[in-house]
This record gives sequence, C-alpha cells and structure tokens, in this order.
Amino acid sequence: MSGFDYVISIGGAAGQGIATPGNILARLFARRGIHMYAYNAYQSIIRGGHSFLTVRCSDREVRTHGDDIDLMICLNQDTMDRHLEHLGPGSSVIFNSDTIEPGEATEGVQLCPMAVGELAGKGANKLMQNTVAIAVACQLIGIEFSALADVLEFQFSAKSEELVAANVEVGKAAYDYSAANFQPASQSAPQPSEPLAVWAGNQAFAMAAASAGVKFYCAYPMSPSTGILHWMAENARELGIMVRQVEDEISVICMTVGAAHAGCRSMCATSGGGFALMTEGVGEAGMMEVPIVIVNVQRAGPSTGVPTKTEQGDLWQVLGASQGDFPKLILAPSSPLDAFQTIPEVFNLADKYQLPAIILSDLLISDETSTINPELLNMHPVIDRGELITEAGEEVDNYERYKFTDSGISPRALPGIPGYEHVVASDEHMPNGVLISDEYTHPHKRRAMMEKRQRKMGGLLEDLPPPVIVGDSNAEVTLVGWGSTAGVIQEAIEQLATAGIVANHLHFKWIVPFHADEAVELLSSCKRTILIENNYSGLFHRYMRGETGFTVDGHIRKYDGEPFKPHHIVAAVQKQLEGEVTLSVPYEEIIV
Amino acid sequence: MSDTNTQLPLTAKDFKGKVNPDWCPGCGDFGVLNGLQRAVSELGLQPHQILTISGIGCSSNLPGFFKSYGMHTLHGRSLPHASGAKLANHEMTVIATGGDGDGYGIGGNHFTHTSRRNLNILYLVMDNQIYGLTTGQISPTSEVGMKTKSTPHGSVELPINPIANAITSGATWVARGYTGNIKQLVRLIKEGIEHKGFALLDVFSPCVTFNKVNTYQFFRPRVQPLEDIEHDSSDWKQGMEKAMVWGDVIHTGVFFKTNTRLTLEEQEPVLDEGGPLAYRELSLNSEQTERIVSRMM
Ligand SMILES: Cc1ncc(C[n+]2csc(CCOP(=O)(O)OP(=O)(O)O)c2C)c(N)n1
Ligand code: SF4
Ligand SMILES: [Mg+2]
Repeated sequence: MSGFDYVISIGGAAGQGIATPGNILARLFARRGIHMYAYNAYQSIIRGGHSFLTVRCSDREVRTHGDDIDLMICLNQDTMDRHLEHLGPGSSVIFNSDTIEPGEATEGVQLCPMAVGELAGKGANKLMQNTVAIAVACQLIGIEFSALADVLEFQFSAKSEELVAANVEVGKAAYDYSAANFQPASQSAPQPSEPLAVWAGNQAFAMAAASAGVKFYCAYPMSPSTGILHWMAENARELGIMVRQVEDEISVICMTVGAAHAGCRSMCATSGGGFALMTEGVGEAGMMEVPIVIVNVQRAGPSTGVPTKTEQGDLWQVLGASQGDFPKLILAPSSPLDAFQTIPEVFNLADKYQLPAIILSDLLISDETSTINPELLNMHPVIDRGELITEAGEEVDNYERYKFTDSGISPRALPGIPGYEHVVASDEHMPNGVLISDEYTHPHKRRAMMEKRQRKMGGLLEDLPPPVIVGDSNAEVTLVGWGSTAGVIQEAIEQLATAGIVANHLHFKWIVPFHADEAVELLSSCKRTILIENNYSGLFHRYMRGETGFTVDGHIRKYDGEPFKPHHIVAAVQKQLEGEVTLSVPYEEIIV
Repeated sequence: MSDTNTQLPLTAKDFKGKVNPDWCPGCGDFGVLNGLQRAVSELGLQPHQILTISGIGCSSNLPGFFKSYGMHTLHGRSLPHASGAKLANHEMTVIATGGDGDGYGIGGNHFTHTSRRNLNILYLVMDNQIYGLTTGQISPTSEVGMKTKSTPHGSVELPINPIANAITSGATWVARGYTGNIKQLVRLIKEGIEHKGFALLDVFSPCVTFNKVNTYQFFRPRVQPLEDIEHDSSDWKQGMEKAMVWGDVIHTGVFFKTNTRLTLEEQEPVLDEGGPLAYRELSLNSEQTERIVSRMM
C-alpha cells in the first residue's frame, strides 16, 4: 500500500497513563489532517493489569487498527516482554532504559532506549516517560517539534504553565537525542492539511441523539456504554437535555418510556446485562406504542462476561427482547459516523411508527477513538415527529389513541391537551385505550388491535433501504457481515485484491424488519458467500437463514474478545477458497 | 398546550373514567377512587392537567376509572414511569398509584430511590396487605402468621413498614389514610398533591375477597388519626415513633412533612426556563452545535 500508514502501539499498566500519550498523538495527527483510528485492548481493572493501545495513522481514512505494529512504546517491562515478538523488520521500540530491560528483538527491529531520568533532570516525574516516548515517535516519522510543542501546551496548560514548560523541555531533549542516535522510520508523515476532528464512538451516539432533539436521557453505568452517559451529562445543561443516572436499568427504561409518552424524544443506553433488565419495558413501549430509542453496546458475554472486550453476541437477545409479538426496529450501525448519520433517522422512524428502536453497537465501535472530517458532522438533521397531536383540534372529547388506520399508525396526542385525555396501557386495549379485559376479553377486538400494530411493520420496511453489494458484481467471493465488522471486511477485500482475489461486500445494517426478498436475490447472485461475525454460533447467519432460507458457503468467526484484523479475514478467505475448510476461527496474536 | 376548554369548576363526577370500576363489591379501592375524584375537583384541577400512572394489580386499574391522562404500566414500575413523565412535563400534576405488592415488593427499589429523589409526585398506595389480582398471596405488608394460598402455614417474614421506609429514604411528606375515613382521605390526598416534593400516601384499602384478617372490622377500632392526638409532623423522630406503632392502635394522618428540601425539578437548571421539556424546540441552535464541534478540534 502506498502512502502513509503507520501503526503505533503503547503498552503499560492501567493507571500508568497510556491515555495521555494516546490523546496527545490523536490530537497531533488530527491537527495535521492525518487520519487516525485507535483501539485500546484493556482489562476491567482500574490500577495494574495490562493495556495496549494501538493508534494507526494514515493519509486516508482507516477503519481498523491494522495488522502490524511499526512502532511500540513500552511504558513498562511487561509490554516489552509480551509484545516484542510481534514486531518485524523495519519497526522500532521505544522504552525507558532506566527501568526497562530490552528483550530479544527480531533482526531489523530498532531498539530505542531512552534514559528518561538523565533527559528530564531534576524536573523528572513518573509521567515524563510518556512525553519522551512521544517526542521520539514524532522525530522518527518526521513531525517537526513545534507541532508537538503546541499539543503539549494544549494538553498540560490546564494544569500549570510550569508543567507545560517542563514537558516541552524534556520533549525537545528527547527529540534531539532521537535525531542524533536513531534511524528514522521508513515512512514519514505527510505535510499538514485541513485539520480533522477527534471523537470517541460513544460520543457519536450521544451527539447524534442531541442533534435529533433528544430531551431525555437516562442510564445506569455499564461498560462499554457509559461514554454516552458521560457525554450527555457533560453537555446536558448547555443543550437543555434532562440527563439522569438512576437506580437500575429497569428504572432507566421505565423513565425513558414515561418521558417519551409525555412527549420528549427519549433515549437510553446500556450493555447486554442492563438490556436484559430492560426487556419488559421494551415490550411495554411496543404495546403502548411509545417511541423510544435504546442503544445496546455489546460486550463479550454471557452474564458479566468480559466487560472490556468486544462481541456481536446479543443479537438474539434483542430479537427476542420481551414477551409477545410486537413491532420494533433493530439496526446495527457499522461505524461511529454511520451511527451519527443514522440515529436522527432512527428517531424519526421511532416517532413515525411509535415503537421501540434498538440500536446494536459493540465495544469495537463505541470505544474507538478516531478522527472525523468535521464537514461530515451535520448537526441539523431533518426532524420529523410523525403524526403527533400537540394541541387541541377537531377530535376534542372523542379522541381515540389507538384508532384503527390503514397504516396502523394512530395519531398520538401528548398529555396536557384539553379534551384528549386517554390512558395508555400495557394490557391489551381497544382503540379508545380501554382494556379489552375490562369489557370482556374479545377475540375479534384482540385480533384487530394486533393487526393494527403489526401493520406498521409493512410501512417501516418500505422506509428502510434494501441491502446492496459493494464492489465488483462478478466477484469470486462475497463477504457478508453486519454491524461493526464493515471496516475490517472492507480492508480485507482490498488486501485480497492485492493478492489477486476479487471479493465484494454485502453488509447488513437494518435487521428488523428485514428486506428478505432483496437479500435472497443478492445472495443467490453471488458465486460464493462467506459470513463474518464476532461470535461463536453464527448468530446473524441463523437469523438471516430464518428470514431468507439461504445458507452461506463458509463462516469466519471470532469470539475471543478481540476484534478481527484484516489479515485474519484474508487468510481465512484464502483457505476457504482453496476448499480446505468452511469454518475459520482466526487466532489472536496479541494477548492482553 | 393551548387551554381552549373553558375551565369550568368540575365536580367529582366529571372525573369518571371511560368505564366503571370492575373491583369486587366492597373493595376498598372504590373509596380511594372516590376520594381522589373529590380531592382533585376540590383543588380545581382539570382532567388534562393530571397524569395518573399505575403499575399492575387490582388497585393499579385505577387510571382506567379516572378521567385524566394516564399510564397503566408494568407491575412495580409506576414510580419510574411517573418520574420520567414528570421530568418531561413538570407542569402536570403527576399521581402514581398502585398496590402494596406493586410498590413495596417488586417496585421496592424504585420506592426507596424515588423517595430520596424528591420529585413533586403524589404516590397513592392502596395497601390491602395482600396480592389481590393474583387471587390472594402474601404481600410485603402482610403480617406474620398470615395464611394465604402461598403461605398455607402462615407467613414467617416480617412485614415492611412503608411509612418508616419512606421517612428514612427521604420522602418529604409521609402519610397514611384509611378508606373507612373518606373525609380524612380527601384531605390527605389534597395535601399530598399540594405538597412540593415526593409525597407518600399509604391507604388501608381492604381487599374484601382475599384478606380475611385486615378487614374493616379489624381497622375500625384501631385507627387513630394523628390530628386527634399530639403530634408534631415536622419532627421526623416523632414521625418514626408513630410509624412503629402497630397493634391495638394504628395511626393515620400525616406522620412527617418538611418543606426544607428543594424538589428535583427545582434543582435542575434544565427546567428553569422554557416550559415543559416535552413541548420545547427540538433542534439545537448553531451556537450550540458549533461549540460541540469546536471542542473536537
Ligand atoms: C413482572 C410481573 N410479575 C408478576 C405479575 C403478576 N401480578 C400482577 S398483579 C400482582 C400483585 C398485585 O398485588 P398488589 O400490587 O398488592 O395489588 P392488588 O391487586 O392487591 O391491588 C402480581 C404478582 C406481573 N403482572 N408482572
Ligand atoms: S380481589 Fe381484593 S383488591 Fe382485588 S378487587 Fe377484589 S376486593 Fe379489591
Ligand atoms: Mg395488594
């Protein structure tokens, strides 16, 4: 691959501050207009343990943390011991030689020992090794020192001017030392261009909701969804959003339904365990026809599972969420930008069809930090609340909340309007809201109301775009995916092309309702299909087969907690094309 | 929210719901419904200004029999629904209703936390010390020794004390009523609605079908209104003391009240201006959005 594409990994213990160098690098690259994607492999521990942050920077947009490490920064011995073996010729390793022993490196790996104590002199503190390491990194890829100095200023100025000066000084010493003693990297960073913005995946969800007019957000903390709560809480007052942390996820969903019924656009987010507690409320929103949006940020399950690791394991949980058979919308966006651009539409659909919408994210999307072109951030999306009655009209005193209509959509009057009083009930009810059991449990009335609700699914399906195949329609193999794997599949397809294999891509975002006819047509037109998903049993395949009757030719699955890397998919596709296997489970090299 | 209806003074009858109650004849819940209808009409409220939110149980059927906006939600979940709705439209009078099982059993966690949250809500619990709708099992307020279908040999668990619980959890108005004393009940409902903050009104509302112990005959000689004796309801210690009394005398009336704590709505700057959130402009303005994006650069 031509151009600039460079992967920096930073390893250390939790609490050692790997976030700071990560943030400094992110800002440095973003300001220079270099695209960045960061993935953090970490553990559910506040101090100690091992974290390994991988920051990939490139002159084009990248959606994975890449295959190989070009530069490793060791903040502790453990990082050196665990990961030196993953570095190949042409790469470099920066470490504090005061405290860390170098290991046996592969030939061609440049070891860059830095005597941090000596460089920092009397101003030394524990975190200065971070600044030293970043300065060396900048020097190796040819970023001029002044750019780093600006970011150090930004990073530390809130704390104190002395801290800025000390860090700039030690950074400069390290930068000069590197220039005098080490070989520059084989790639150098491009010249500055238009600056990019930096965001975290969860921030994209929160920002999208705010731009869509969310006025009520409620949560109970649970990794990896908590970032949404943090962003909302930080911005609540400025944006006029009611943000609450409450006693449990049951309360979360019920408050969300209560606020939505009263008229606010309302959202909540959680991970699988919290979603499990919410399920009764999901069905209630379906029954009462109250529009709500729920984000389930999946982590590796079952049960408490692996809180800091990713998985696409909750599909059937959301498919089956709550008793009974009721209309709902389920989707799995493929990236933070996709989530950002889709969420306002999700609110519009939830409002139009008066149903719960469930957005399946996962740790991979929600936890990533990446650059984004600020031009793409339309914060003024179309807001359409559907058939909403906000003031008294001609139906005064004979309003029917669940009126039978051809579309199944009954105009929704907000509480507070004189003459439109009604009760919404979780019990089955008649058009005027009265429970059918209050009269007598009338099968014809039950049937009519069931059909009214379910009619909404027809309109909803028509509003959703059908799936499409991206790439060469004559491809030898079609890689099928859903949700967060889009980026890695796309990159694998590029690598396969370099290896002479033409692959294309069929990706599903909208899951319920499902464009089954279009999916069958597309799938049947493929020469060979391989479905890639981050779980053990092929949960999406099971669903897709149920909807389409179509069985794919092969599977690539991963369920060790870490996401796919492009080469995992490439190697597996090659093997499957050779006819050796139909199920591949790639081996994870990086142990964190 | 345009008030096009002329606001004629209403009577209790104007708060009749779309259907008649289907409670067993003699059920205490009729008394609570009547008391509520009288209280809101005497307060001069209009049906569209009220949001009545219940859980599931015989008692939780009340919103269907009462003319107002209503939500008949899930078993145990009236309070979080009411809290969300109140925050979305804090200009409405929000009344949560339900039973002892609903509120103190399955909804117990919400009861504690809603008490300390101090939203301006009246929580009206029809306490019959039994699970009525599921045909007679013990509830969290059933007395030790109570024989029911699920405890044929008598309950061995201590009942919870909703009054004491509410006081310790931070509720700012805590009272008990009895459907055998409608005058007091109407007064308490009115006071509870007018109180600024979370108000718990636990009402003895006998289940004539399944609770053969805590009947009108049981309560009649025992209930003693606090207003008839010396009691300082601003003193939580006195309130707790009276709450612990259970035997030949059982107190009704206001055990504890305080006006020293702000409500959640009052403490939330988002609600300061602009009216109910539910009716506000949805789009962010460019100043807000530019600030968000500039912080990302
Ligand atoms: C999640 C859930 N569990 C159980 C039930 C069944 N259920 C309905 S009402 C009820 C108890 C009602 O008791 P209470 O709240 O005291 O109301 P009452 O009928 O006595 O007025 C139960 C257990 C339910 N509807 N939902
Ligand atoms: S079962 Fe008991 S609580 Fe339910 S309606 Fe009958 S008397 Fe009232
Ligand atoms: Mg009961």
